Amino acid sequence: MTVTVPDAELSASPSVSPRFVRRLMRRPLAIVCLAYLAILVVIAVAAPMLLPHVGTERAGDLGTALQGPSAAHPLGVDSLGRDVLQRLLVGTRVTLVGVVEAMAVVLALGIPIGLVAGYLGGKTDRAIIWLADLVLSLPAIILVIVVLSVFPQSVTAAMVTLGVLAAPGLVRVVRAATLPVREQLYVAAARVSGMSRTYIITRHVLPRVMGPIVVQASLLAATALLVQTGLAFLALIAAPPEPSWGGMVADGVGALFQQPWLIWPPGLAIALTVLAFGLLGDAVRDAGTEGWSAKSALPLGDKHRSAPTRAAAAVPARINDSLLSVRDLTVSYATPTGPIRAVDGVSFDIARGETVGVVGESGCGKTTTALAIIALLGGGGRIDSGHVLFDGRDLAALSESELQAVRGTEIGYVSQEPMVALDPAFRIGWQLAEAVRINTGMSRAKSKRRAVELLEQVQLPEPHLVARRYPHELSGGMAQRVVVARALAGEPKLLIADEPTTALDVTIQVEILDLLRTLQRDRAMAIMLVTHDLGVVADMCDRVVVMYAGQVAERADVKELFGTPHHPYTRALLASNPHNQHNSAVLPTIPGAVPMPGSWPQGCHFQPRCARATDQCGSDEIPLLKIGASHEARCLYAHQIEGV
Amino acid sequence: MANTSVDAMGAPLTRSRRGRAIRRRGTSGGRLASLLARRMFTAVPLLLVVSSFNFLLLSLTPGDAARQMLGSSGTPEQYEALRRQLGLDLPVYEQYWGWLSSAVSGDFGNSITSGTPVLESITSRVPVTLSLIVGSLLVSVVVGVSLGVFSAVRGGVIGRAVDALALLSWALPVFWVGSVLVVVFAIKLEWFPALGYVPFTESPQEWARSLVLPVTALSLGSVAAVVKQTRESMLDVLGSEYIRMAAANGVSRTSLIYRHALKNAAIPVVTVLGVQTIGLLGGAVLIESVFSVPGLGSLVVGSALAHDIPTVQAVAVFFTVVVVVVNLSVDLAYGLLNPRVSAA
Repeated sequence: MTVTVPDAELSASPSVSPRFVRRLMRRPLAIVCLAYLAILVVIAVAAPMLLPHVGTERAGDLGTALQGPSAAHPLGVDSLGRDVLQRLLVGTRVTLVGVVEAMAVVLALGIPIGLVAGYLGGKTDRAIIWLADLVLSLPAIILVIVVLSVFPQSVTAAMVTLGVLAAPGLVRVVRAATLPVREQLYVAAARVSGMSRTYIITRHVLPRVMGPIVVQASLLAATALLVQTGLAFLALIAAPPEPSWGGMVADGVGALFQQPWLIWPPGLAIALTVLAFGLLGDAVRDAGTEGWSAKSALPLGDKHRSAPTRAAAAVPARINDSLLSVRDLTVSYATPTGPIRAVDGVSFDIARGETVGVVGESGCGKTTTALAIIALLGGGGRIDSGHVLFDGRDLAALSESELQAVRGTEIGYVSQEPMVALDPAFRIGWQLAEAVRINTGMSRAKSKRRAVELLEQVQLPEPHLVARRYPHELSGGMAQRVVVARALAGEPKLLIADEPTTALDVTIQVEILDLLRTLQRDRAMAIMLVTHDLGVVADMCDRVVVMYAGQVAERADVKELFGTPHHPYTRALLASNPHNQHNSAVLPTIPGAVPMPGSWPQGCHFQPRCARATDQCGSDEIPLLKIGASHEARCLYAHQIEGV
Repeated sequence: MANTSVDAMGAPLTRSRRGRAIRRRGTSGGRLASLLARRMFTAVPLLLVVSSFNFLLLSLTPGDAARQMLGSSGTPEQYEALRRQLGLDLPVYEQYWGWLSSAVSGDFGNSITSGTPVLESITSRVPVTLSLIVGSLLVSVVVGVSLGVFSAVRGGVIGRAVDALALLSWALPVFWVGSVLVVVFAIKLEWFPALGYVPFTESPQEWARSLVLPVTALSLGSVAAVVKQTRESMLDVLGSEYIRMAAANGVSRTSLIYRHALKNAAIPVVTVLGVQTIGLLGGAVLIESVFSVPGLGSLVVGSALAHDIPTVQAVAVFFTVVVVVVNLSVDLAYGLLNPRVSAA
């Protein structure tokens, strides 16, 4: 076997590449930190040579003692008449030497042990991690003091001990960074091609984990500096007259009452150096993760959400006698490259007690539409225009606190993934009781009983026991029943069920749908059922809204839609539905995929996947064409298409 | 068809499920117990390592520790006496065994400098250091968590200000901050005493006043760490699906933030608090010297400077015990907050 394959993979292996260094160098903060540290190193080397008398000077001109900054002494004079600036410069050496010693030990121990633990895994890994945790739980400063009680004034003994005690922190970081690298293809390929373990670790793994090492090392250097100056402050190392930053702070504290200035120069020197290490680490990390997307925003509406300022008055409070009338709803998500439209002028109605299905493939904007109704888009989503008329009010124009009163009380919501819809830290009974309390104003004791009743209504056996469980102690089907129970807590007029069965086993799916049907019948509650399964629609719904790429493609009574679909997309969906297939037939699929929001084609959104598309389909916006009393389709040729 | 299908939660399965539920609850308690057992199990080697550390170092010391302690001034008689007192004429393992067997019965030997039992000077100083540490811990929790929640919910300018403050309090050495506090609040404004410590039994009010500045200086770093962690995990939790779904079913903003999100976000904060408490032990050593507070920290520094090895060693053992207790409490708090009690 030749090694050409691993070579090809190797070229793709990310590491501390020139590109990374360039990215780092583009950050002014990183350059400032590096320059500052470089100057410190020069001072540490040169100052004791240029100012040889300072290191052993016991006292200067006592007449000038405790003078503030002056032309002769830019940083003032200490309590023994010595120049503060000179001592600060000369003291840089012992301070930095301590840091270097500690870091040498940390790196010498941390990197190889961490690499070995991460690369070998198994028992070796577990033993190393156990030991690392053990060492990390030792009180480090106390042990360093123990060492100094045996080796008085030894900077090296103290800092080596600190290095040993801090190394496990680096071990953990290196190990964590090595674990995923070990699984990379190019490492596996190197292994297969017979390279030695040492070679693989040093050549292929180490460069890849350098980033985290540099980040952690700079943080540890900052810690080492703080410990070194602390020990010098306590005179445990660098005893007088030797100048050191920590010792100078101690001198300053001694003369605090006479001259408060003296603690500032060494204090600032320490703080700036710690900051330089810390900010350098930050810059390295940021340069390494450049291009990652920012964290998604809170889904919580803004507390002071101002009602949209557009002309809401132009819309009648109620269109026909529907419970919910969505009119020209347009939603977009904010992205770094500008807003992207996800829902484009969607309209539909739901009457009281009626079940309306919203169908379409993933990415058609069904969930976005559902969340927009209760104004909980999150992730930078917002309603650009349109109205959500619910029982006489436009929800899109309500304030956050008004919406809060609608959610749960008038509209219940059941989501796709029951296991992540319940708060893991609270018992089921508590969560249900809270929903009851908030949405009905019941007392605490009553709401607890009501919670158990609700669990009974969603046909959970032994509701008392279920109420005492935590979400992680439930199966998916049980959790979805609980989620349904919570949505019912406020006895809402409308239940929005967003793919309520997608995450469940087939037998459980049927039961949850049965449950929804029963509940609807008993309570005369309207349901908006979001699904991609036409079988479910045929089973449950009175009317159907077919969505495609952010638009309504077709809208009809369920019988009409299944009997005489007029949109090519609906026809394709029906054809690809396994429920309609005879055993012998090969299941047809719709070629292509739903275009992502932001890349919708001109004209008809479905035209690139449509067998009937003509040039005309790609030119203008296609309107919804009326086909029957309550049947519309967004297709130029809707009238020519009939029957399945 | 659907009605006849066997429900995974149907009646026939009920009994076995109840059994499983009970067993499950049993094991989740059992997991906590085993976690605690493991902590205790690691506590033993931890204490052995710390206590034997000193003996190991002494045996490694070039020359003789007794010689080093006496310096050039000691007479041969003094030298021999010190050797015997330290037990240096015995092999290392016998020295350690001797120390360990008397330590188990509460005898940590006598201080070399004062001649009094080490245990006495430790117990008299424990309340002082404990006041400092517990005070700083309380400040870290109260201030750290409220600022963290506040900056997570508000973000923007306040978030950045908290960030800058956190960075600064991390960079400024604790002994220096302590000194500045003394200059401003004790010398200039004269609000608090500059130095010293008043025992609680003497005057609770003066005790509190004498603690304000040292606790402020000591807690600054851990407040910063708690703020950062609280904000991170609050943002994380507030972005989660279960918060959105609770909101979708009418749960108020206040309850979402202060009940649902905070309880979930508190889990990693507890871990950070544990680490910070151990850091506070180290910080107390420095702060007690700045404020001339007669606690364990100033005891260990003074003893180290005077080569009073029995005292240093006993304080190190005591601090290790504190670390073990802190880790145990973190585990317990973790178990209370997180019903899943995943092994740490």
